[in-house]
Amino acid sequence: MTDATQTRHVPDRLNSRAARIFKSWEALLLAVAIAIFVINSFASPYFLSAWNLSDATFNFTEKAMIAFAMALLIISGEIDLSVASIIALASTAMGLALQYGAGTSELVIIGLTVGVLCGAFNGFFVTVLGLPSIVVTIGTMSLFRGISFIILGDDAFRGYPASFSWFGQGYIYWVFTVEMLLFVIIAIIYGVLLHKTNFGRAVYAIGNNPTGALFSGIRVQRVKFILFLLTGLMSGIAAVCLTSRLGSTRPSIATGMELEVVTMVVLGGVNILGGSGTIPGVVIAAFVMGLVTFGLGLLNVPGIVMSIFIGLLLIGVIALPRLWAMAAARRKT
Amino acid sequence: MVSMDMITKTFPGVKALDEVKLDLYPGQVTALVGENGAGKSTTVKILTGIYQPNGGTIRIDDAPVSFASPNDAAKAGITAIHQETVLFDELSVAENIYIGHAPRTRFGLIDTAEMHRSAAKLLTDIGAPFSSHTQLRDLGIANKHLVAIARALSVDARVVIMDEPTAALSHKEIEELYELVETLKSQGKAILFISHKFDEIFRIADRYTVFRDGAFVGDGRINDISEGDLVTMMVGRSVDQIFPQSTHDVGDEVLKIVGYEHPTEFADINFTLKKGEILGFYGLVGAGRSEFMQALFGITKPSKGVCQVNGDIKVIRSPADAVSNGIVYVPEDRGKQGAIIGLPIFQNITLPSLGKTSRSGFLKLAEEFKLAREYSQRLDLRAASLDQDVGNLSGGNQQKVVIAKWLATQPQVIILDEPTKGIDIGSKAAVHEFMSELAAQGLSVIMVSSEIPEIIGMSDRVIVMRDGRIAAELTKDELSPETLVRHAAGITSDGAAA
Amino acid sequence: MTRFIPARETILGGAILVLLLLISSRFAGFVAPSNLANVFNDTAPLIILALGQMVVILTRCIDLSVAANLALTGMAVAMINVAMPGLPIPVIIAIAVLLGAVMGAINGVLVWKLAIPPIVVTLGTMTIFRGIIFLISDGKWVNSHEMSPAFTDFPRIVLLGLPVLSWAAIITIILFGIMMARTQFGRSIFAVGGNPHAAVYTGIDVGKTQFWAFVVSGALAGLTGYLWVSRFAVAYVDIAGGFELEVVAACVIGGISIAGGIGSVGGAVLGAIFLGVVKNALPVVNISPFWQLAISGSAILIAVAFNARAGRNKGRIILKEAEATQ
Repeated sequence: MTDATQTRHVPDRLNSRAARIFKSWEALLLAVAIAIFVINSFASPYFLSAWNLSDATFNFTEKAMIAFAMALLIISGEIDLSVASIIALASTAMGLALQYGAGTSELVIIGLTVGVLCGAFNGFFVTVLGLPSIVVTIGTMSLFRGISFIILGDDAFRGYPASFSWFGQGYIYWVFTVEMLLFVIIAIIYGVLLHKTNFGRAVYAIGNNPTGALFSGIRVQRVKFILFLLTGLMSGIAAVCLTSRLGSTRPSIATGMELEVVTMVVLGGVNILGGSGTIPGVVIAAFVMGLVTFGLGLLNVPGIVMSIFIGLLLIGVIALPRLWAMAAARRKT
Repeated sequence: MVSMDMITKTFPGVKALDEVKLDLYPGQVTALVGENGAGKSTTVKILTGIYQPNGGTIRIDDAPVSFASPNDAAKAGITAIHQETVLFDELSVAENIYIGHAPRTRFGLIDTAEMHRSAAKLLTDIGAPFSSHTQLRDLGIANKHLVAIARALSVDARVVIMDEPTAALSHKEIEELYELVETLKSQGKAILFISHKFDEIFRIADRYTVFRDGAFVGDGRINDISEGDLVTMMVGRSVDQIFPQSTHDVGDEVLKIVGYEHPTEFADINFTLKKGEILGFYGLVGAGRSEFMQALFGITKPSKGVCQVNGDIKVIRSPADAVSNGIVYVPEDRGKQGAIIGLPIFQNITLPSLGKTSRSGFLKLAEEFKLAREYSQRLDLRAASLDQDVGNLSGGNQQKVVIAKWLATQPQVIILDEPTKGIDIGSKAAVHEFMSELAAQGLSVIMVSSEIPEIIGMSDRVIVMRDGRIAAELTKDELSPETLVRHAAGITSDGAAA
Repeated sequence: MTRFIPARETILGGAILVLLLLISSRFAGFVAPSNLANVFNDTAPLIILALGQMVVILTRCIDLSVAANLALTGMAVAMINVAMPGLPIPVIIAIAVLLGAVMGAINGVLVWKLAIPPIVVTLGTMTIFRGIIFLISDGKWVNSHEMSPAFTDFPRIVLLGLPVLSWAAIITIILFGIMMARTQFGRSIFAVGGNPHAAVYTGIDVGKTQFWAFVVSGALAGLTGYLWVSRFAVAYVDIAGGFELEVVAACVIGGISIAGGIGSVGGAVLGAIFLGVVKNALPVVNISPFWQLAISGSAILIAVAFNARAGRNKGRIILKEAEATQ
């Protein structure tokens, strides 16, 4: 071996931490969020009201809970389009249990269990049978909601106990809702899981190069299965919150939410092809989407038109950096 | 007819071709000879318009040409039968032959009847035993090659490039291919023939050109050169290439493989590996060496067989099992199976060792950097920082990262699959020296290599594989290029194929 | 010897026949020619869209914006009809196809020139197109009494025993049969999806082929937009909501590999017909129509699992090759 004193010294890092943060996608997104906040507060006198802002958080808290798990799943190179249907099925199961006299704690347990089981079902098809997750979850998206339709048809389950409404309607302190608390806790848990644990590192490795990760001794299929379980669990939690907030279950509950969740994840800087993305990015993206929806709502812009903004945002945030890079490359030559 | 002059092609970190020249003549077969990494495939890709050279000129009939795309090369009458068949499984044979230049009807639609008629004629000409209506996916490799040849003929090319056309063919099929080459010659086509097999070069080539490490070494008429001289030109540096002197002692048995068998890839593999030993695995491309190594590493499952580590039977179902039993694998396909491009160097190095650098599942970055620093220094890694994406490194340095990743797990057995393929000479020497050091420190090394000098220079013992089975086991004293080639190709002492 | 395994299309066709036999054993009326013609007519829009989607999926992309494209085109032509009731139907159809093609081209350009993943592009354009419908219509419905009789009657005109809507599907099937088998574009689509690497060697532009696939899919969505709105004689923001998934389902059930390169016109058509038969049979056999969604979901899962098993890559086979040479 060569003498240690003679060997070339390779520094650990070149860019300082501050430089990396400053140049990041998250910083750009945060600037956008602040800009929207400022514009909104000028555009509508009702915006800067604590209670209005508190109400506005319901626009994103439930979606964001799922988005955190979805972010990990997408970073690992998979996707779950069935999350909204899992909500429908979990909510229906809770409604069904309610008919047999289940109390609040049983309802929550049932909601979460159904969520995890649905995740396991997806995970089985993807990791054990080796099928593409996009097709599997398009299938289960129909299947899970289909089961809700079979059970409920045109009906709805109502009459959830008063104590159950705490999850979606309760307040912890002043304007701070139970859902906000859940959002913060879940964000921290997923932030730590993705950025501070061996499991998170494995998720990145799999997303960048699944074969290479396998050849590095990572149990790729097991990690992916766990990610599907987590996405199912989060959908179960979101089902509890949403059912509690609405106070009823219809089979059409949360229709189309999967697209908003995916949009939130991609807007948060997660590469849809896998391999990169951060939890702070998704957190800021949740706020951006919440603020846009809320601000436009105050200006009496209907929900469907807001979706134009969301769609443009989704394509724009990916297209603009690429256009920028192409323009820069052209200027060079 | 076609001449390449002073052609240079560089890729980030690597100079694939350095001012090479190559001349092709009508009605003659020119053999392009060189080891892996000599620049043969790059040459083919430049001639077929897939790569554009950074410098030099290509002339056809003395007129300079440049190919911006594969279409341009095809229009100039250059066609290639590639090493990996670049055909389409879901299309029929006729469609594969004519994709891009199918005969049309008056309405501009593809004239299927005419297409099948011409395809059938081409197939008959080359003696293909299948119909033009067959779906390509139903054909074996040899027959797919025939389709590729028919495709080459269908464009009425003046120059036909054959990139290792016999690699997957049987003896009989090879004879048929030779006849075909004769036919093409008689039609006045210029043929560039790329092959590793000397018997076939001397059998059908009229001229030769030798490349070594991306540079032109020499050319001439095949009748003017002996086999021995051609070998020397090809592996030239092997004479002066210095391999580290092995001074290490071989210890107790570490690994014992009994009766490893796979339904389709290999059978009847038995060997032992001792502490501090370098065991070479030689064979032709496709002899089943990598397939066996991947089974040993738990990527694929053998149908039968026992693996013993230090005398204890171990069941290896996944790479994770292999790693925990001290067996690690540095794959041949660095970009896909080795380095995790997109992750920084230090994360690549610590990936299999995270259990050691973390506490109860939580990362400890300081520990990770410490480990990465230690092993990148041991391997003399050249990089701007440990936080840099491993994808920005040269091939040789990527290989160092992959090796560092495994050494950090402190394994007992390290399997190196073509460890120096496609990396520059400087890094090669470093890898060789390091391998020798590892063995001296008591690590057992299995080295899969197709480079004869490397096998002879590094191994304490060599196993030669052929057609998925062990063909021979040779001690250091028995090693010679001739013996290795004979066993690998299955040639008995009188020269006939087994 | 894969020849002995029946083709994907044969299995699916067999499954549909078995399904029809089962239904007819209890409800003979279902298989009466007139009823089957009704089922086919009802499935026509799905068939047309599935063919467009097939082309896109074959090139390794996906188009989730077809239903939104359909709804936007439908709303646009309905409003044009209200504004200019005298405009002849062929002009209306030309406008619908063109408008759809332009929307497809937007998807295609984003995929081709900016290399944005198709799923992201079409998720985005899907919500944008829906939003635009609201903007142009102000959220109002265009009802049958506002549309001209010529506009609403056209898909119902009976020619040779079948309504125009059915003929539209039949003509699309024939055109696609010719396009996929007999044109350079059709062959390139298989090449791009089956082996993009080799496609480049053959001189085929992968991105450009994907672009045209999106244009084709968009044009068909536009055509279906007019047919849909005129058939149901109503246009509003949410028509054909979620229909894109049914279209993808038809393709998956029809054996079109989401990984690209594998699939056929027959498969896509049969996949759509399978879903159409199930949908029309449910009320007949007295099963609540609420079962439909779960059934099509299960059909997707079964189909994809089945196709994956049938098409599993065999890989290199060293020993057999060796045995064959001896």
